[in-house]
Amino acid sequence: MNPLADLSQSRDLLVNLTLRELRGKYKRSVLGWSWSLLNPLATMIIFSVVFGRLLKIQPTASPSGLVNYPAFLLCGLLPWNFLSNTMNGSMVALLGNAGLIKKVYFPRQILVFATVLALDWSFVIEIGLLLVFLLILGNMVLPWILGAVIAMLLLTVFATGVGLILSVLNVYFRDLQYLVGIALQLWFYATPIIYPIRLVNDSSMPDWAKTVYALNPMVGFVQVFRSMLYDLEFPDWGLVAYITVWSVGIAVVGMAVFRKFEPRLAEEL
Amino acid sequence: MGDMAVTVDHVSKMFRLYHDRNQSLKATLMRGRRARYEEFQALDDVSLEVPAGTTFGLIGENGSGKSTLLKCMARILRPESGSITVNGKISALLELGAGFHPELSGKENIYLNGAILGLGAKDIDRKYDDIVEFAGLEQFIDTPVKNYSSGMYVRLGFSVAINVDPDVLLVDEVLAVGDEQFQRRCNEKFAELRAQDKTIVVVSHGLGLMRTICDELAWLEHGRLRMIGPAGDVVDQYLAEVQTDRQTDADTDGRGARWGSGEARIDDIELLDANGRETNRLHTGETVTIRVRYQADEPIERPVFGLAIFNVEGVLVTGPNTREAGLVPDVIHGAGVVDLTVDKMLLLPGTYDISASLYDYAVVHPFDFRQRAVRFDVDAGMPHETFGGVMSLDGRWSTQPDGGPVLRPDRSGVGLADAGPDKGSGPTDDE
Repeated sequence: MNPLADLSQSRDLLVNLTLRELRGKYKRSVLGWSWSLLNPLATMIIFSVVFGRLLKIQPTASPSGLVNYPAFLLCGLLPWNFLSNTMNGSMVALLGNAGLIKKVYFPRQILVFATVLALDWSFVIEIGLLLVFLLILGNMVLPWILGAVIAMLLLTVFATGVGLILSVLNVYFRDLQYLVGIALQLWFYATPIIYPIRLVNDSSMPDWAKTVYALNPMVGFVQVFRSMLYDLEFPDWGLVAYITVWSVGIAVVGMAVFRKFEPRLAEEL
Repeated sequence: MGDMAVTVDHVSKMFRLYHDRNQSLKATLMRGRRARYEEFQALDDVSLEVPAGTTFGLIGENGSGKSTLLKCMARILRPESGSITVNGKISALLELGAGFHPELSGKENIYLNGAILGLGAKDIDRKYDDIVEFAGLEQFIDTPVKNYSSGMYVRLGFSVAINVDPDVLLVDEVLAVGDEQFQRRCNEKFAELRAQDKTIVVVSHGLGLMRTICDELAWLEHGRLRMIGPAGDVVDQYLAEVQTDRQTDADTDGRGARWGSGEARIDDIELLDANGRETNRLHTGETVTIRVRYQADEPIERPVFGLAIFNVEGVLVTGPNTREAGLVPDVIHGAGVVDLTVDKMLLLPGTYDISASLYDYAVVHPFDFRQRAVRFDVDAGMPHETFGGVMSLDGRWSTQPDGGPVLRPDRSGVGLADAGPDKGSGPTDDE
């Protein structure tokens, strides 16, 4: 088959499967689309009350002069939500389409891509609303929009790589999702989302523990998003390089893992 | 012609039969490896070629590997060794409506399903009206498909799949769906595709159908290619073998195929051709006599002789009896024959079985009943029809433009029924 024709066919399929995800998700609910926004909104309110008010976590006083816990939180929470939704979604991307995989041939990874792309759509809307919120608070984020888009692209590549791995492994090991559920909780608290990274750096943890902590690629992602949108500062070049290497690396590994397990998918489902 | 649409080259396919279907990480870690399995050889070194523009059938018993081979052609399954080359665009009718999303409307699902089957948005725009019309769902196209009946669902699925306009179409037993009207339209569509020289690969258990629609057949047995050749030859050979099996089955299970009180018996059932010679091979349109030899040990008053003809799928074609025909002897005693003479036997090519019975006048008490006791084959004759089906109506065609002369076929129907008079020659003619 002509690889170019294959590619354009795949593009049409990707668009259609993504639309299916988007249309199917909230089609028959009264609030429809607003559900996808209510969820992070509720999380934000809960975290702001618990951590911002009750535990009085002080966000870093940014060079921009803004001190606002909800804004600080959302800069980390939205990228995190995108990743965790991708991980959960890709684990059912293949299992949930078993009937399709067993009856029709098409490049299987498109199912994972469509899952990620549909979540990207919500991600874009959420970040857009966050930008409006930051503007209202007086943070001049407009010059950083391009930077934010690049960071979102990198995170998408990273999440796709993770998603490719989880999607096939979950076919072979059906209890993977429970393990991932636990891992996601740990990962959430090991990432400076609800607290500023200053608390970790200033803590009495031994240096090696701080180094291990900093290896977490999501620490890098959250830092990059936060320094651009909250601090209005150019992120550390080292961090940008670090998350780029992670994204490309995970994507390559993800493709390889997927390719290894793909041929037997129709039998194992 | 001459080009191969599908080339299957030394293909082998293994399936893993897991001892415990417990696919969990926990169990794997505790055992130190993945679940134990045995390998099952579904296809064993199969090689065959499907010539472009032909209809090619795969037959065999359940588990012989024919569906596996079809799925390998469709790229759904990946063979362990060997290769399959397909020339041109392929579409598989394995399950209709796979990938429909219940919440989406029929229209949205047409685009979705079309994309899954490899159609671009522009292609679908172009074919959209055809698809909707063929499915007969104009009124419901904006309704979510979850509100469709199963028939509507299948119709829409078929309609999208068939309109993909493939060069090679793979079909797996999915034709037994929908109501009769829709089945007829499906068959018409297949005839149309065959006429357009598309390649079709069919898997079916319906031997009669396979014999009529397929040019060539491959017979698979336990994953190996047993025989490949012209459809009629392969079906004959296959039936000869299966029939032998069936006879031995009948012997061991006490021959449930014969019952009755036995005061009078049907000793023999013969088929006689126009010259009175016994035969089991006829041609459509020939004269044939079915002769029943009976032996009545006691006088039987007003007996009723019945015959029934079934095709190999077990569908009753006809079941005439002497009483309904107005022939009721007052009494029979001793030996004798009953003949049913058919001046023009209109069965189409296929394999058929005859049952014969001898009843009392009320057709309540069987003296002897011999279920599917004789088998015979019908080869192509006159009228010549290749579309399928069981019987010809032996009708006469004519057409007349308003005010013009009546036109009748110039040749007495030789050639393909769907080729039309202007096409000149059927595919069976010399090349």
